[in-house]
Amino acid sequence: MGETPPEADNGVKKPKASEGVSVNGPTDFDGAVFEIERQIKDLEALSRKHGVDFAENIATLRKQQDQILRALVANLSPWDRICMARHRDRPTASDYISQIFSSFIELHGDRAFADDRAIITGLGTVDGHPVMIVANEKGRGVKEKGKRNFGMAHPEGYRKARLKMLLAEKLGLPVVTFIDTQGAFPGIGAEQRGQALAIAENLKTMASLRTPILALIIGEGGSGGALAIGVADRVCAQENSYFSVITPEGCSAILWKSADKRREAAEALKLDPRSLMTQGIVDEIIPEPLGGAHRDPRRASEILKAAILRNLAELRMTGLEELLRARYYRYRRIGSVVEGV
Amino acid sequence: MSWTNWRKKLSLRTKKEVPDGLFLTCEGCQKMIYKKHKEEGMEVCPECDYHFYLPIQKRLEMLLDPGSFEERFADIGPTDPLRFVDREPYETRLKKVQAQTGTKDAILVGIGSIQGRKAALGLMDFRFMGGSMGSVVGEKITRITECALERLMPLVILSASGGARMQEGALSLMQMAKTSCALARLSEAGILYVSVLTNPTTAGVLASFAGLGDIIIAEPKALIGFTGPRVIKETIKQDLPPGFQRSEFLLEHGLIDMIVHRRDLRERLGQVLQFCPERPASPGREEDPSGRHEALPLWQRAGETAHASATVPPQVVK
Repeated sequence: MGETPPEADNGVKKPKASEGVSVNGPTDFDGAVFEIERQIKDLEALSRKHGVDFAENIATLRKQQDQILRALVANLSPWDRICMARHRDRPTASDYISQIFSSFIELHGDRAFADDRAIITGLGTVDGHPVMIVANEKGRGVKEKGKRNFGMAHPEGYRKARLKMLLAEKLGLPVVTFIDTQGAFPGIGAEQRGQALAIAENLKTMASLRTPILALIIGEGGSGGALAIGVADRVCAQENSYFSVITPEGCSAILWKSADKRREAAEALKLDPRSLMTQGIVDEIIPEPLGGAHRDPRRASEILKAAILRNLAELRMTGLEELLRARYYRYRRIGSVVEGV
Repeated sequence: MSWTNWRKKLSLRTKKEVPDGLFLTCEGCQKMIYKKHKEEGMEVCPECDYHFYLPIQKRLEMLLDPGSFEERFADIGPTDPLRFVDREPYETRLKKVQAQTGTKDAILVGIGSIQGRKAALGLMDFRFMGGSMGSVVGEKITRITECALERLMPLVILSASGGARMQEGALSLMQMAKTSCALARLSEAGILYVSVLTNPTTAGVLASFAGLGDIIIAEPKALIGFTGPRVIKETIKQDLPPGFQRSEFLLEHGLIDMIVHRRDLRERLGQVLQFCPERPASPGREEDPSGRHEALPLWQRAGETAHASATVPPQVVK
């Protein structure tokens, strides 16, 4: 199987992916619109400087930009979506938390070892409704990314999350989680302190937590490290997010024994929100502003907030026993087997 | 074939497979051992106690009271829900492995007794695609857990797995959640679950049902961890400490309850199960006509169980 360039199957001609598109760098997707955006800016500057009216030209360019974006969005490959989910400018959990919740009180620490900054937990209210927030935080900029360990949590992060969820249960607060991580951190300390056991304990705790849980996938849903805050009554995924058993890079290395089959792997893993919905893993896809959440973070927050309010309202209507029963069967029925052969 | 491949092949032949098949090199201590000694000793290296792969049938014989095993949910098999194709289609891969192993997937579940104590059982088979957990493993673990819950029977699962099965994508990942949900119910019902970790138990399996044992037992020198050592090494670009992610390392860091040699496993499991009283399946169809055992916790049943009476009374200090 040869590597098919992503441009080939799209109706619109995309500029070639720049050499070495980095994980967090602009996606080749952005290249097409960058050029037009630059032209618009130039024209605007010119009209300011010389008092010439370029309004018409600018309007045409904007229209063109819109069209390109629409066409691109309609033809995103799973790999493109992963690039969007990892986009450098994509809003992170703290961006959404500050936009959506008022009076956020961050709660720190696992009461045993450390405060893992890769996971944020705390109390907040959304339109007057109090909730417990648990979120993966990748951070932005070199310094903060370091502090947040690029969103890859250690066992103490998962244990912190678990403690705060138990507190939510005690106080009768619904839990809202924001999932955005490549996975749990692979390191010596993480293993010494029981990374796998911490994740397992979270799955079990969330399975029977006596309060509603709403999970939002806002970027990367990387394997067990993401699932550790992702067992929920409702799972909503933003349009440009993914949830996968392994990263396409990891899958390529193991199954294809090659580092450059990530596009094929992304395709084969069926990790995009639409495929996840048909698998019964995601309940709702949350739309993003045209071209991705990073192009209009404020609008992205508004859409996300509306989805949170609507889902919480629905979950509040359900009795606790019914909620727990439905949560059990939500996971009980996921999978595909043949019987009686 | 490149030169390095030839070299690998040669070294394999000289090191691991002595032509007459009488000896082999132990993966644990690299010493030459007499194959017959290894087989007689439950596939354990007589030199260093390294535990080799033990076929499931042998495990059953070694662990259970003779003739007590009843397989359950044997007719559940895998599908190819994502039509997954890597270098070869998942469907083809499955058929090949099924033909090789004679089993449908990487797990066997059922009910059996260990030293007279009935228990629901799960045994993973590492030979089947690295014991990976796809929908079938998840489903069968969940069903046997539900079965244990219904019959109020302790649950024992022996794991051997490289983690979730990539070819079933996120469906495999969700089996972690599914099995954990079932085990949460078992836990709430107060039923004992013993998890036995054998070489290797890693990733998604350890991070779900295998890591949720009320009591966690490991075989000696088994590789147990979340991320494989190679990936960790590549990520942090450091050498890993000796014995990293082996059973002994986990015991030292407080992550497991005990390490039990294969030859003692049956006896030790039997002892542990003594602490989980047998209970009638439900008040409607009682198996214990006297009804004595109904809802009394173990500590209120003085002298009724071997171990309750065997408990050493506290010393009185004068």
